[in-house]
Amino acid sequence: MASQPVPDLSPQVSDEVRKTTCYMCACRCGINVHMKAGKVAYIEGNRDHPVNKGVLCAKGSAGIMQHLSPARLRAPLKRVGPRGSGQFEEISWEEALQTATEWLAPLRATAPEKLAFFTGRDQSQSFTGWWAQAFGTPNWAAHGGFCSVNMAAAGIYTMRGAFWEFGQPDWDRTKLFLLFGVAEDHDSNPIKMGLGKLKARGARVIGVNPIRSGYNAIADDWVGITPGTDGLFILSLAHELLRAGKIDLGYLIRYTNAPYLVNAQEGPEKGLFLRGEDGKPLVRDRRTGQAVAWDSPDIAPDLANGVEIGGVTHLPVFRHLADRYLAPEYAPDAVAARCGIPAARIRAIAAEIARVAFEEEITINQPWTDFRGQKHDSMIGRPVAMHAMRGVSAHSNGFQTARALHMLQILIGSVETPGGFRFKPPYPKPPEAHPRPHAGHKPGQPLDGPHLGYPLGPEHLLIQNDNTPKRIDKAFSWEAPLSAHGLMHMVISNAHAGDPYPVDTLFLYMANMAWNSSMNTSAVMEMLTDQNPDGSYKIPRIIYSDAYSSEMVAFADLILPDTTYLERHDCISLLDRPICEAEALADSIRWPVVAPDRDGRPFQTVLLDLGARLGLPGMVREDGSAKFKDYADYITNHERRPGVGPLAGFRGEDGTGKGRGAPNPGQIEAYIQNGGFWLDHIPQEAQFFKPWNAAYQDWAVARGLYDSPQPYVFNLYGEPLRKFQLAAEGHGHRQPPDHLRERLIQTMNPLPIWYPTFTDAETDTAEYPLHALTQRPMAHYHSWGSQNAWLRQLHGHTPLYVSGEIWAQHGFSEGDWATLTSPHGQITLPVVRMDALNPHTVWTWNAIAKRRGAWALGEEAPEATRSSLLNHLIHELLPPKGDGLRWANSDPITGQAAWYDLRVQIEKAPAGQSVSYPAHPAQASPLPKAPRDLAHQVKG
Amino acid sequence: MTSLPPPSARKLGLVIDLDTCVGCHACVISCKGWNTENYGAPLSDMDAYGASPEGTFLNRVHTFEVARDTAPPMVVHFPKSCLHCDNAPCVTVCPTGASYKRAEDGIVLVNESACIGCGLCAWACPYGAREMDSAAKVMKKCTLCVDRIYNDNLPEEDRTPACVRTCPAGARHFGDLGDPDSDVSQLVAARGGFDLMPEQGTAPVNKYLPPRGRDTLEIPDLASLCAPAPQAAAPSAQPTGLLGWLDRALERL
Repeated sequence: MASQPVPDLSPQVSDEVRKTTCYMCACRCGINVHMKAGKVAYIEGNRDHPVNKGVLCAKGSAGIMQHLSPARLRAPLKRVGPRGSGQFEEISWEEALQTATEWLAPLRATAPEKLAFFTGRDQSQSFTGWWAQAFGTPNWAAHGGFCSVNMAAAGIYTMRGAFWEFGQPDWDRTKLFLLFGVAEDHDSNPIKMGLGKLKARGARVIGVNPIRSGYNAIADDWVGITPGTDGLFILSLAHELLRAGKIDLGYLIRYTNAPYLVNAQEGPEKGLFLRGEDGKPLVRDRRTGQAVAWDSPDIAPDLANGVEIGGVTHLPVFRHLADRYLAPEYAPDAVAARCGIPAARIRAIAAEIARVAFEEEITINQPWTDFRGQKHDSMIGRPVAMHAMRGVSAHSNGFQTARALHMLQILIGSVETPGGFRFKPPYPKPPEAHPRPHAGHKPGQPLDGPHLGYPLGPEHLLIQNDNTPKRIDKAFSWEAPLSAHGLMHMVISNAHAGDPYPVDTLFLYMANMAWNSSMNTSAVMEMLTDQNPDGSYKIPRIIYSDAYSSEMVAFADLILPDTTYLERHDCISLLDRPICEAEALADSIRWPVVAPDRDGRPFQTVLLDLGARLGLPGMVREDGSAKFKDYADYITNHERRPGVGPLAGFRGEDGTGKGRGAPNPGQIEAYIQNGGFWLDHIPQEAQFFKPWNAAYQDWAVARGLYDSPQPYVFNLYGEPLRKFQLAAEGHGHRQPPDHLRERLIQTMNPLPIWYPTFTDAETDTAEYPLHALTQRPMAHYHSWGSQNAWLRQLHGHTPLYVSGEIWAQHGFSEGDWATLTSPHGQITLPVVRMDALNPHTVWTWNAIAKRRGAWALGEEAPEATRSSLLNHLIHELLPPKGDGLRWANSDPITGQAAWYDLRVQIEKAPAGQSVSYPAHPAQASPLPKAPRDLAHQVKG
Repeated sequence: MTSLPPPSARKLGLVIDLDTCVGCHACVISCKGWNTENYGAPLSDMDAYGASPEGTFLNRVHTFEVARDTAPPMVVHFPKSCLHCDNAPCVTVCPTGASYKRAEDGIVLVNESACIGCGLCAWACPYGAREMDSAAKVMKKCTLCVDRIYNDNLPEEDRTPACVRTCPAGARHFGDLGDPDSDVSQLVAARGGFDLMPEQGTAPVNKYLPPRGRDTLEIPDLASLCAPAPQAAAPSAQPTGLLGWLDRALERL
């Protein structure tokens, strides 16, 4: 046999590895960028990084193609054609910044609220919010309102932390994992790594999702629930656990407000906690029968019996809770049909939760001391973990559903215990430690405080005396009292309607609001182009910053081109959306591993430049010159509080400060040398029971997370919610408008409730019998994925997946198209059969569809010709009720966009259908035509 | 025609866990990235931004639904690349000797400088695991990252195929399937690993681990876990119900 060829087995991999942070999604994994001849050649995961520990998803590995995308904007642009046409001319940065300054300076001097500044999936919200506060407009927020604010707010109000950036399952120890709803697109690598760990040791995964794709495909047990009924299913599980007494009473007494006595006296205090003269909530001591302060030493708090005062019996929270959820309406047999889950299966899942929680208890031999000073020999855990994300969030009952889920976790004692759900610092953080929202604005002045926060009662709403919302998105108004992330999805609609007032300039960053990030996309495009009789635009000016030629670009008057994530500085900050792990404090940076080859500039640097030109406080020196040269300078030298800045690591003059310390001029270099991140492990004694663990509290203060220990108990009963109900019942000086009273009373229940989504309640379900959902494929994120030559080959169009039942009923065959109609709109898509579906649910991929001409794709790209967005079917408002009011299609508590409430009817499209509907006319592309073929190889 | 070498003792290959693969395509793109920069011609993408993008991939993930009589349908994600068969028909069919199976470790490779792009090997492969690169006009296939696994320029822990290194769920394993004591062989033994299409007689080195049983949760209800029978079953208004149970339970704390 002839000798075999000998390939080069040890090629030089690269000249250099530069370690930075991925930005192909919001996961923020560490990446090794391999450089050849100064160019990006190959990207892999960073093994040392706390988020991904070396692995990397499809998006991350395809980052090179995003970096080389022909859709990258090349220079600042000024609109020269009509809005929406995409006709621009390139201008200099000086002209662009001068134009923006000339537009914004008069607004700041006269009416700063006329600037509405909203950012999308950026990760610099503490910075952009700081800028907006300095400008003085109350109208700033990021995209949380249309993303997952229900999840975030319900978590903060209930247990002071939530899923994803706030906490994680104890992947190394949990024995039963319940996953509610679609979760593939957030925390993606950590969840996949976690699922892999569970699978490797054979732990059970239960997936609750109308669609058996992605993670649900590998779930050991799949619960194909009817959309919008998760809360009812969860409360039925609680019913079963309570019925069998499978709850952790010791945990409830020590760590929750279950024993707090609820005032039963009719009047303005009814339903609030019974409090002593010092304001401390009272509990009944079983030994004496007396009501005493909740934190009194050596008491035995009661959960069953109340105290009688003046002929009125005040019962503990737990009694209210048990009475409610033991009611027959929550029995499995009562909810089975509505949830689409057989009652026996609900009982089996409840039994499995109980079995694992109480018969497979975990003990870690680690002594610890609680905030009461009581010493514990070990850490005992209930190894049942749960996770939810947008699937639960994006409903008009999502806040209460997420509350119900947290209540379930708490009832079995699995939060912050081994094997359960663990917080990631800086969480847990009680709402009292968060700011209140602010909207006090004056010409030429900064805002009177941070924009967003956590209201504790009607006194914290941002409303005028006549109840008019102070913010353009109506956040923190009676329509959405706890809208902790704002309502970005309502900004264009409200600005166009002049409700509650018109704005002058809409300034957006990295938010594709003319396309996949808006509900009612077709109408939003009309709002952005709508003109007054004199020919001026209803929304007079639009400034937009994006790195790519997205759909939104075509609707702006001035474009400030951003760089790619490999070309700029960023900080993933503890002040913002941190990347911490349950075991460690962590933050990270991005840094320019290559210089831009175009005339783009990092948006954050541009914003600092603009701030200096506008003379914004904090951005200029006394002589009026710019205080910060660029964003890197800000990251290094800005201090939010003395010694606490954007990055927590390598602080102080000698670079050894952790969390606290003076600015260190060498900080960014220290991060680069450390692989782009900083990590500080939580002491072993402080790893669990964080809200109540004295060692954790002391460590958190030392690291600057709090300024004093902040122990607290979990809020099974949400007193702030009750305060809004009381107002709606007529108590207090701040009174809601009459049309909202009933809704506030019904929805702001202090104990978790389930109610049908507003769409389910108000739609003729015989006419619109189906639910319609979207989800992102794991290999895409936002609308960016389709410009990526590699990723678009994985998912390039959006088939409509329907169950076998629907397939047969409508006589579909392969190659057919279907028309989907909601009460609001219509789309037409190729149809595909999928049986692993809730039979009354159809779905398609989100954010793949593209407008012709956008993203430097060919006009015949399948993203435009065989794809559509469900957004066209979803109105930002509920159908008119005949009262002349504009009712948002949002959660009534947080304002979260109710994407997943959608109901539709389906029919076979006429034979010959070959192009998706709606087909918007092409936007002109400001870019050269993309290359046809690629054979990309960087020669070293 | 090209001859196969005598069977090697060392049989490097992949073990792919179908119970764990979530279908994220991380392996597909990591492979694309590494192999575009390394072994042979870059993996091209034709009409990359147009109506019919068509690129070369050495590894793809397919998704199947599995209908079942008494349980909900299953969905299986199925990554597929060259299985480095012991009886590799793609090698014996090659007219130039470009396709060959390495004598020392069993990896099947294409020597691109000898490949005439005739495509016979792709016809012969029953798995559809080879793709002709439209730009370079040479046959491309999984190299098992032969330029990683022996690469002195990589840290030892990285001397593993790109798809294995990147897999977030840990569903891909690399090792010597010729050694019964290797981790991968042990995994195959423990989990009932199987050959893909064994009837083809190709004797693939790569193995798949089957999905575990699905939808097997069968606890009749909570009563079976409670001894004695649950005390909280009655509404709380009745003294024997919740209140009585709570009293007793709190007493025990």
